Amino acid sequence: MVKTVVLAHEVDFGGWRDAVRRLVLSGTPPEEVHFAVGAPTDLFALDGEPPAEPDATPTGTFSVSRALVALAETVIQARETERFSLLYTLVWRAQHGEKRITEQVTDPAVQRAIRLAQSVRRDTHKMRAFLRFREVPEPDGTRYVAWFEPEHFIVEANADFFVRRFATMVFSILTPYRSFHWTGETRSFGPGADLSHVPDDDALEQYWRTYYSAIFNPARLKVGAMVSEMPKKYWRNLPEAAAIPDLIRGARNRTEAMLEAPAMPPETRPMEQRRGAARKAPGAPPEAAQDGESADTLPALRKAAEACRRCPLWEPATQMVFGEGPADARMMMVGEQPGDQEDLAGKPFVGPAGQMLNRAIEEAGIDRSVVYVTNAVKHFKFEPRGKRRIHAKPDLVEIDACSVWLEEERRLVRPSLLVMLGATAARAVLGRTVTIGRERSKPIALPDRFGSNAQGLVTVHPSYLLRIPDAETKQREYAAFVADLKQARELLR
Amino acid sequence: MDLLGKLEILADAAKYDASCASSGTEKRDSRGESKGVGSTEGMGICHAYAPDGRCISLLKILLTNVCMFECAYCINRASSSVKRARFTVDEVVKLTLGFYRRNCIEGLFLSSGIIRSPDYTMEQVIAVARTLRVEHGFRGYIHLKTIPDADPLLLEEAGRWADRLSINVELPTEAALKDYAPEKDMGGIRRSMGRMRFGIDAAREKPRPGGAKPPRFAPAGQSTQMIVGADPSTDRTILRLSNTLYGAYGLRRVYYSAFSPIPDASAALPIKPAPLLREHRLYQADWLLRFYGFGVEELATDPDGNLDLVHDPKLAWALENRHMFPVDINRADREALLRVPGLGVKSVDRILLSRRHRALRLEDLARLRVSLAKVAPFLVALDHRPTQEPDSARLSLKLAPKPKQLALL
Repeated sequence: MVKTVVLAHEVDFGGWRDAVRRLVLSGTPPEEVHFAVGAPTDLFALDGEPPAEPDATPTGTFSVSRALVALAETVIQARETERFSLLYTLVWRAQHGEKRITEQVTDPAVQRAIRLAQSVRRDTHKMRAFLRFREVPEPDGTRYVAWFEPEHFIVEANADFFVRRFATMVFSILTPYRSFHWTGETRSFGPGADLSHVPDDDALEQYWRTYYSAIFNPARLKVGAMVSEMPKKYWRNLPEAAAIPDLIRGARNRTEAMLEAPAMPPETRPMEQRRGAARKAPGAPPEAAQDGESADTLPALRKAAEACRRCPLWEPATQMVFGEGPADARMMMVGEQPGDQEDLAGKPFVGPAGQMLNRAIEEAGIDRSVVYVTNAVKHFKFEPRGKRRIHAKPDLVEIDACSVWLEEERRLVRPSLLVMLGATAARAVLGRTVTIGRERSKPIALPDRFGSNAQGLVTVHPSYLLRIPDAETKQREYAAFVADLKQARELLR
Repeated sequence: MDLLGKLEILADAAKYDASCASSGTEKRDSRGESKGVGSTEGMGICHAYAPDGRCISLLKILLTNVCMFECAYCINRASSSVKRARFTVDEVVKLTLGFYRRNCIEGLFLSSGIIRSPDYTMEQVIAVARTLRVEHGFRGYIHLKTIPDADPLLLEEAGRWADRLSINVELPTEAALKDYAPEKDMGGIRRSMGRMRFGIDAAREKPRPGGAKPPRFAPAGQSTQMIVGADPSTDRTILRLSNTLYGAYGLRRVYYSAFSPIPDASAALPIKPAPLLREHRLYQADWLLRFYGFGVEELATDPDGNLDLVHDPKLAWALENRHMFPVDINRADREALLRVPGLGVKSVDRILLSRRHRALRLEDLARLRVSLAKVAPFLVALDHRPTQEPDSARLSLKLAPKPKQLALL
């Protein structure tokens, strides 16, 4: 015998759920159930009591996966008579050996439910997109009224979206099957409405049509793309859609006119004489020296280095990262190259290696602000890897190409001690390949061009310490690094 | 000039910016608020589509189209004889709120021609956003265009009010920028992008217990746009730059805009507009880089470095790499499935899910709405093994879109 379940209204999820619970527990297979939507006396009682069930309620419990509940909540909004029994079939099968039925996305019944859910979601999205309010003056304020024709029964589930967005407005959403009203504090549903309830054109719609027409680019006419996203069935309720036929008709002529018009000569007036320019022209930027050799101050040298094209590293980098510190510093520290953070900030040693260096410097009793800190290579070399940049080691050509800037920095600052952090720095300063393990911690007398009695000291680069996985080794290496820095301090006494 | 006239000019002037996204920002709404309006829930909403197929999500306008700069490709360049106008701050605020209350838009995308100085221009743009947020409690989406080399403090304030910030790289190489936008400087643009990434990263960091919450900064991130076809840069050059920009500045999107004819064009420009199909191919390649595990260097291009206009980039790659196929739909890992022409990320995820329950046949793929004609030559299924095509050239011809489909793009 086929049982009939009468639901209170089209989206009576509570009623359906209660019925399904009883049906499963009483062992009623899907083919013996017929679902119908009754003509409820009270349209407004969305969460009303389910109709009395004549059978004695069977006892027991069972659970339905969250994914299936979510699917059912969406599918129940579909304008499709079979949806209630389709959903019951899925619940029935889930209780009879197919626990994870929603994962069987190629099963015909699951597929059917997924299609309906997609259609409901699309309709929901289109309602949020294409519903338009009109402003209606009322004695005690302004009411916003919208008329929309949804494909499915989506007003109830969508009402809260509009409340969240327009909570401070008083508004009504009218559709053929249901209306929704928000007073600014409370919500209520009412029966469907028709076009005669829709207020007349609102003055701002002319502005919206103007905007819509002006933002359209006639040189890129793609009517198909528009129609697939904004099907014609929505057009009659969209104020801007009235402009579409003329825009399409005129597009070709407008584009041809643009292509045929004679080209304009380019602007030749200097910027400060152009329209919109400030009355007083801003000072012209200082001319950069062509290359390092001619600069005789650090700012001029920096300016020249900014325009450096001696190797290709400048192109993908954000900026040249110059040295930083007093122009008469007695100690100069040279690192390898700027990293990700240094490249963004335009300052040396501000990233993780910089923090490590700061900690060690402080521990060694050195004040960073009296040290001139710079790098052997002034642009960040990296490999893009998804949303990150992976540090890449500069090669000899790049180190040598860049060494002119370091040489000039050294010539202008004239430090008594050059601390070389790592092999790249040592190579750049000494002009030869250096094995850190063999030469670290030993003062190196530098040639005369470095100034009389200038010394060098090689140690590790702080990023080396960051890469050591073993905590004990890391601690030992860090201590050795601090010891080298202490030695550097002593050398300046 | 009346407001309607200004709107017409300043919307027309803004339409060459392709971005209209309103997604990916923080969640907020107007419940329990005493004034103001608006909500953002992560997903963007396209409130209309223009006959150019582009979505209209935001009120996209310029504050003014007066501009001191002479960028050859731009309709608003100093020498253009286009009609000029300028909105007041209140006019933009009024239009934004008016359209928003009628559910026409998700929010505002405000840009501006450069007047007086970069800082002055930036201040004006910020004033609109601040007025909307502070005086009117506007909680919709705001996208602000930032001006290269504006003061970092101004950038900080812009990030406080905006959901998204953007700055356009405009052209793919420094040389092209020099030729076509002599007042713009690649370095200044990159430095601004770097500052924005700093702000965005800092705002995302979880505050330490008891520590102050980091200042709000552009929760929907930053994006940029490149004009394609105005200069001779190849697709590979363009994609290499995109790859660098995604990695360096954490951009949400790089937009590609095929150079299209403008009224009152400069003599410095190429006469022929770039094909829209080229723009489309760049977007497809961009997707392959970000979601399909492809690297720039493995994409198939012609000897000059341009993508194939006949086949989409994934199919072009597959035709050049026949030895990687066929892929077994029931065994292959996600990475290999993502490389099959005709399978998108969603289809791949559904395949992985459903094959846990049963071995898949071609009809299962058809139910997932996968185009069998497209995937069949590259797949093995329970009931299918591709017949060995004689060579890639024949297969290429067979899979080429019909001329009618081409015309649609």
